Amino acid sequence: MAAGSRATFLGVPRILGLAGRDGGRGGADGGGGPGGARAGRPAPAGSGFLSGDRPFPDAAREALGDTQLRRNLAHATGTIRAKRARVVAELDDWEELRTAGEAVKRATLARLDEHLVRLEEEVTARGGQVHWARDAAEANSIVTELVRATGQREVVKVKSMATQEIGLNEALAAAGLTVHETDLAELIVQLGHDRPSHIVAPALHRNRGEIREIFLREIPGVDPRLRAEPRDLADTARAHLRQTFLRAKVAVSGANAAVAETGTLCVVESEGNGRMCLTLPETLITVMGIEKVVPTWRDLEIYLQLLPRSATGERMNPYTSTWAGVTPGDGPRNVHLVLLDNGRTATLADPVGRDALHCIKCGACLNICPVYQRVGGHAYGSVYPGPIGAILSPQLTGVERNASLPYASSLCGACAEVCPVRIDIPSILVRLRAEHVEERSRARVPSAEALAMAAGAWVMSDAGRFAAAGRAGRLGRALGRRRGRVSTLPPPLSAWTASRDAPRPPEETFRDWWSRTRAPRDGQARHNPTAPDDPTGREGPTAPDDRRARRARRARHDQETR
Amino acid sequence: MSAREEILRRVRAANAAAGQPAPPRVPRDYRIGGDHPAGHPELVRRLSARLGDYRAGVVPTAGPSAPEVGAAVRAALTLAGVGAADPVLVPPGLPDGWCPQGIVDDAFAASVLGGFAAVVTGCAAACAETGTLALDGSPGQGRRALTLVPDRHVCVVRAEQVVATVPELLARLDPGRPLTLVSGPSATSDIELHRVEGVHGPRTLVVVLVAPPPPAFPPAREPRPGVEKRHQT
Ligand code: SF4
Repeated sequence: MAAGSRATFLGVPRILGLAGRDGGRGGADGGGGPGGARAGRPAPAGSGFLSGDRPFPDAAREALGDTQLRRNLAHATGTIRAKRARVVAELDDWEELRTAGEAVKRATLARLDEHLVRLEEEVTARGGQVHWARDAAEANSIVTELVRATGQREVVKVKSMATQEIGLNEALAAAGLTVHETDLAELIVQLGHDRPSHIVAPALHRNRGEIREIFLREIPGVDPRLRAEPRDLADTARAHLRQTFLRAKVAVSGANAAVAETGTLCVVESEGNGRMCLTLPETLITVMGIEKVVPTWRDLEIYLQLLPRSATGERMNPYTSTWAGVTPGDGPRNVHLVLLDNGRTATLADPVGRDALHCIKCGACLNICPVYQRVGGHAYGSVYPGPIGAILSPQLTGVERNASLPYASSLCGACAEVCPVRIDIPSILVRLRAEHVEERSRARVPSAEALAMAAGAWVMSDAGRFAAAGRAGRLGRALGRRRGRVSTLPPPLSAWTASRDAPRPPEETFRDWWSRTRAPRDGQARHNPTAPDDPTGREGPTAPDDRRARRARRARHDQETR
Repeated sequence: MSAREEILRRVRAANAAAGQPAPPRVPRDYRIGGDHPAGHPELVRRLSARLGDYRAGVVPTAGPSAPEVGAAVRAALTLAGVGAADPVLVPPGLPDGWCPQGIVDDAFAASVLGGFAAVVTGCAAACAETGTLALDGSPGQGRRALTLVPDRHVCVVRAEQVVATVPELLARLDPGRPLTLVSGPSATSDIELHRVEGVHGPRTLVVVLVAPPPPAFPPAREPRPGVEKRHQT
């Protein structure tokens, strides 16, 4: 059975362009992770926050039961979508910027080794020191040693996805060092003993009332009359961190980009906490994923337009800082750059999936995603939630360690439409589902789950349905048409449909999954698109023409967001 | 094998595995130049409007001479809530007459910088479309901490420094210098994704726009309520 399903699965690569991947399997590295399907090296398990302790459906089900969370998410993502739509509409060259942004990333990755070497040369020539870290543990120990060498016991930190990914705060704390998160949202998360839930606004799952409570509980000396007003809460954070900034001797940051030809690092921020960290301490340690390098200074002109408009709906974020090595008399005297792999090379090894490395971490795909809007970031387990997390986390860790994430999507295609660097997220999701199925089948896992996955592969291999499915939107449509088939699976597969906690087959949409898990005993709910609890609100009721439905959906969305 | 060698080897192996994709040509057919040359009155007007959107104050000068700039800086400090006796910080190299009462930075400690009511600086360039000021640490702007720690920042922008687009702005800047791009006062969107001005950086930003020689550009008109009063026209 397993061998048979594998053979049928092989129909997928021809259509989705997986052909290059077999070449990859025989690639020079050969290291791979468990499964060994990819060149490069996935992030090892055991350190960092790239996967949760339970599959997405379990965590999502719990999140869906939290009405306060859902209200907070709906409010915040609705606000940001409207702002984004407004400032994006202002630029009549938005599409040209997106195309250029994509091309620069693609060109950079094709010569990534050269750009990294050049970056190292330029940073070093300007008085900085460059370190290389294969994985989270190595990066953490490099940073810990650098901090220890200063003799300091405390560190101020600028929000950074790379340091969240590797669990740097926990590693520094374990070494007896005190870490102060200084970004307001990170502070809220840290004080709330919480986990970040959004890549731009990590405390997005908290409303002002909850933030007030956290501050009252955790910040010594806060006036109990503190109002739950953003203005007052921001003032509280300012007062709380002021003295910390003024005395700090060591800072840790991430970087939004690094320019290879000039050795210039760039941090985009809003509050000025980034400037405080980048400017006042004597030692600055920047941890950056290797994919963040761009070849030329000019390339920043693209991302400094795409990023703020996509991330916070602003024409420009309040502060952007750049520095190249050490500048005598201005800012830190000791400047370090830690270049991090941690699964990026494994991601790079896939001819399609590598596009996930183009991500500029703007969060727009989270804000637009009907799944993210309802379950929030924690359900994804990884620090990278939402659509980008669903394609990035499984590639960084190897798909086995995040096997449920590629299914955490309705494949509606909205993420690809908003992505400022045009990442075709739905296609990569489908590809990862296929990869998961293939690994299962290679491992000869004789479970109902494997059978169900194989069934998905069998459905996907139907060339007639996939022939027209080139672009993301059409791909979503093709998969959507197929949806009803789950219930018509032949008997061996009914073992899966009977078990609602079994991982879903590749073709199941979020909506199906929702219906199944929300109303497990109500067979009607599953195919009733007008059910009041319709989670996506996107798919028009029984639209005869998907294109028309899609247009209508977009119009409705535009209306919502204007 | 060192981590460096191993990562570079992995990168090469991964690119080989992915079929050695060729770097595509980058199509730069987005807008590079703006609709007006640097310093055009329309750009100055646009910059002023954008700054208003960020709730930054804007004070135009009567003319380009140092005493006229100095008068506008005084007005800007007043607008920012700085009293006549409050200490004002200035960087070395600020043009004579822009801020005669300013105390020149002498490598003050951060805690000392926090004692100043305001800082007055020039800038390297400004971008009209995004309402962005660029500081590069050259004379008249000072090291980065100067425009960060004091709670109020008055920044003097000469009309000829104002360009239309982000690409034009970056083209004017030296990536080897420590740069700060400032678009309005410090702000956060972290609470329910609503923007609130004023967190760790200066909570008040007032821009002095140095008028080109007459005829002076028309004062910015801002339809938004609550912003008009910030403009001294
Ligand atoms: S995938 Fe695209 S939309 Fe999503 S965070 Fe990355 S850049 Fe933004």
